[in-house]
Amino acid sequence: MLQQWKGFVTGKWTEEINLRDFIQQNYTPYEGDESFLASKTEVTHQLWEKVKDLMAVEREKGILDTDTKVPSSIIAHAPGYIDRDLEKIVGLQTDKPLKRSIMPFGGIRVVKSSLEAYGYQLDEQTKEIFTKYRKTHNDGVFDAYTREMKLARHSGIITGLPDAYGRGRIIGDYRRVALYGCDRLIEDKQQQLISLEVDTLDEEVIRLREEISDQIKALKELKQMAASYGCDIGQPAANAKEAVQWTYFGYLGAVKEQNGAAMSLGRVSTFLDIYCQRDLDNGDVTEAEIQELIDHFVMKLRMVRFLRHPAYNELFSGDPTWVTESIGGMGEDGRTLVTKNSFRFLNTLYNLGAAPEPNLTILWSEKLPVAFKRFCARVSTDTSSIQYENDDLMRGYYGDDYGIACCVSGMRIGKQMQFFGARVNLAKALLYAINGGKDEKADEQIAPMFAPITSEYLDYEEVTAKFDLMMGWLAKLYVNTLNVIHYMHDKYCYERLEMALHDRDVYRTMACGVAGLSVVGDALSAIKHAQVKVIRNENGLAVDYEIEGDYPKFGNNDDRVDRITAQVVEDFMNKVRQHKTYRGAVPTQSILTITSNVVYGKKTGNTPDGRKAGQPFAPGANPMHGRDTKGAIAALESVAKLPYEHAQDGISYTFSIVPEALGKTEDNKINNLAGMLDGYFHNTGHHININVLNRETLIDAMEHPELYPQLTIRVSGYAVNFIKLTREQQLDVISRTFHERV
Amino acid sequence: MTTIIPPTHTKGRIHSIETCGTVDGPGIRYVIFTQGCPLRCLYCHNPDCCTPHAGKEVTVDELIADIQKYYSYMEFSGGGVTITGGEPLMQPEFVSEIFRRCQDLGIHTALDTSGYVKLATAKPILDYVDLVLLDIKSFDSKIYRQVTSVSLEPTIELARYLSDAKKPVWIRFVLVPNLTDPPHNIRGLAEFISILSNVKRVEILPFHKMGEYKWEQLGYEYLLKNTPPAPPELVETAKKIFQKYGIRVYS
Repeated sequence: MLQQWKGFVTGKWTEEINLRDFIQQNYTPYEGDESFLASKTEVTHQLWEKVKDLMAVEREKGILDTDTKVPSSIIAHAPGYIDRDLEKIVGLQTDKPLKRSIMPFGGIRVVKSSLEAYGYQLDEQTKEIFTKYRKTHNDGVFDAYTREMKLARHSGIITGLPDAYGRGRIIGDYRRVALYGCDRLIEDKQQQLISLEVDTLDEEVIRLREEISDQIKALKELKQMAASYGCDIGQPAANAKEAVQWTYFGYLGAVKEQNGAAMSLGRVSTFLDIYCQRDLDNGDVTEAEIQELIDHFVMKLRMVRFLRHPAYNELFSGDPTWVTESIGGMGEDGRTLVTKNSFRFLNTLYNLGAAPEPNLTILWSEKLPVAFKRFCARVSTDTSSIQYENDDLMRGYYGDDYGIACCVSGMRIGKQMQFFGARVNLAKALLYAINGGKDEKADEQIAPMFAPITSEYLDYEEVTAKFDLMMGWLAKLYVNTLNVIHYMHDKYCYERLEMALHDRDVYRTMACGVAGLSVVGDALSAIKHAQVKVIRNENGLAVDYEIEGDYPKFGNNDDRVDRITAQVVEDFMNKVRQHKTYRGAVPTQSILTITSNVVYGKKTGNTPDGRKAGQPFAPGANPMHGRDTKGAIAALESVAKLPYEHAQDGISYTFSIVPEALGKTEDNKINNLAGMLDGYFHNTGHHININVLNRETLIDAMEHPELYPQLTIRVSGYAVNFIKLTREQQLDVISRTFHERV
Repeated sequence: MTTIIPPTHTKGRIHSIETCGTVDGPGIRYVIFTQGCPLRCLYCHNPDCCTPHAGKEVTVDELIADIQKYYSYMEFSGGGVTITGGEPLMQPEFVSEIFRRCQDLGIHTALDTSGYVKLATAKPILDYVDLVLLDIKSFDSKIYRQVTSVSLEPTIELARYLSDAKKPVWIRFVLVPNLTDPPHNIRGLAEFISILSNVKRVEILPFHKMGEYKWEQLGYEYLLKNTPPAPPELVETAKKIFQKYGIRVYS
């Protein structure tokens, strides 16, 4: 056995690349509480102060610094440091901390305009190369887009498409770098190439052979990059420090090369715990030293930066990178996957203060150790920085070595990826159904010219029949659009390193998504249970609605509307499923808006639920603001009824509560929050963001941002520094339902 | 042995439901706000619950069906059902029936009451109550009347009865500056509580003005307009008085 593996229990993992087997054979479940945790060391304190100072300057300037010439790659930039003497874990995306780089393979125009927005100029030669000689993903997509696709994009019925930026949501299994070292991984990839010397080299095989060759090059470059920091990652990691460092190098290589919308980390904490525990058992390190490694690792993850256009912020505020790390969960054999490292990762929120990144995600199971549940609840009440997802629900789909990409997308690590597809605006689709395919704001024909509804009052049967047709049209257009995008992304902006850390044959999903679900649910409920009168303009376009009478609203655990809403999810999913997808990807969908619910609202006219034009949608699967009147648990139950089997890319719910409404004492609060999570997930809720905050704190932070540099708040599927949100988004967050009846 | 519970068509009037109650008893609670109250507390933060004919009519069956949807939350958090108001005991059959059905389902029951009720009315209900949240709004009978416009006597009588019956009780007292804060008033309450055998918890609820807007909406005059919220120091002083009698106080 290799020297670096000394003390590990052998198994299938020694013969083949098999991380799960290594973890199962070697990890130590931890059922105790947080009392073993160490606070930050002096070195950590000094280092973090330096980073915070840099971040303060960055906040003021927009971006701290950027490269304007060299397209970023794994080896494009010389090694960079914050402070070489203090850093236990090294490696930066460029040669300086927080300095951004350009990644033109996604699209050169967006690089140019992003630079200009911050007062920089794109190097002329680089511009020429990527205009004249090297085609980008963005160019490819627009070469293939149909007229209808361009129109739908323009009208905002399909928005946020990754056609000018990296698609992301691919998780490389960065742990492989630590466990096996790059040499072994390269060897394995070479074997894969040989296995693809088959009788018929059709398009599929040829493409895969080319991709694997690129993957091998990426692994070689990764080795080279690590060598520039003085590390030989050709070999496996020999101790905890190297394991953290090697894993981070794997991740760093990915974020040096890809500006993906979400660059998630996977599920590394329990894997790394095996190394930490071995060193502790050998007496090589102290708890404080182990915590220091994790703190420094997390510090690096907090420093991941991409050059993005400020307009991107209008959609996804606060510079999110979605460095999602999935923590906890249960194993298939019934042992918990919680280890001491699960606690140590959460402890970074105390040692370094609250922060939106990494996007710490608890895989919650009823069976989790009680002490861990309570610690999570405490961290939530103290920091509002973590989110929860239903491990008992997802384990059945993905086994026990899956992670979350971005916000809510479960996938087997190293075995599965997705083609990220942003989302369609279902509320707008409903208005198109009423207006015969015309846009309610632009009065433009976007969808095919169906017969519009002409009656004075909306009839439920008529509306649902037309909505069904409209969803059918939209699903077809949507899937085709995504096919174009991902074909081109593979061709011009392939994630060679992330895919090098995958098996040869991966399971692909086509991750569609919907926005405005609660608007649609409420609108259909109003049409069914009350009288909705249509107001038309002089051209006969329905532009407003008057509701006579009351109607059941989504968010009150009322089946009369919850069933309608759940049905919409299922219906749209089934329509998506009818279409052929690129590379045989399995269609899924999410109910997730991130912060784009504000922009979607802006682009959508008055809706039959009584929402006024321009008003934000509720985020993700949330009920509309102020319409959930039976308290938080009723709202949770409405959301929990949405069918995960028809929304396997995730169902996001964001929950805000004032501390006093969770209970009187600290102990009451923790007990009630943990009980709430148990109840929600027991009843098959999928995801929840927990904010425990006072509205007054947020209002104060709006007025005095300088006093709240680390105030973190969960929005749909991720967290942000509250002060980095646009004012509109801040107001949206503040106006949202805060559960506060005491 | 299982008893078959016949469906009941008992009806009552409620103001609203809160499915995430966390301060009216242990755990996460399904809280029913009943309509109607004989008291007219100056600081009432649910003045819209006062008149008995407002609100909406519901049957016990409807409520029980709804309550059962929340079973897992109650189970995991150690919670249950709390009936508050208004004054729940103004609708004794209704409240009694809800509690009886809840207990049959294994759900913990809590009654939040001012105690302003005939003991004979309360007694049969209490059989189905696991915890009483007894609001003693003042111990000085003059102040009590000033605050509530009714007499203190029935509340004291109920408190003694609950003590004799060993029924678990949380005592709650709203601390209002310049109204319920005289030391003798607090001392009297503390002394009284100290001789009761069944008190599991004592809570001081510092006066807040979150209900003020409702008074304005209803067109009532809010007499505590100029009264400030109870400052932390005042709460501390009150707590110390309770401590002298060996009582730990939550606020």
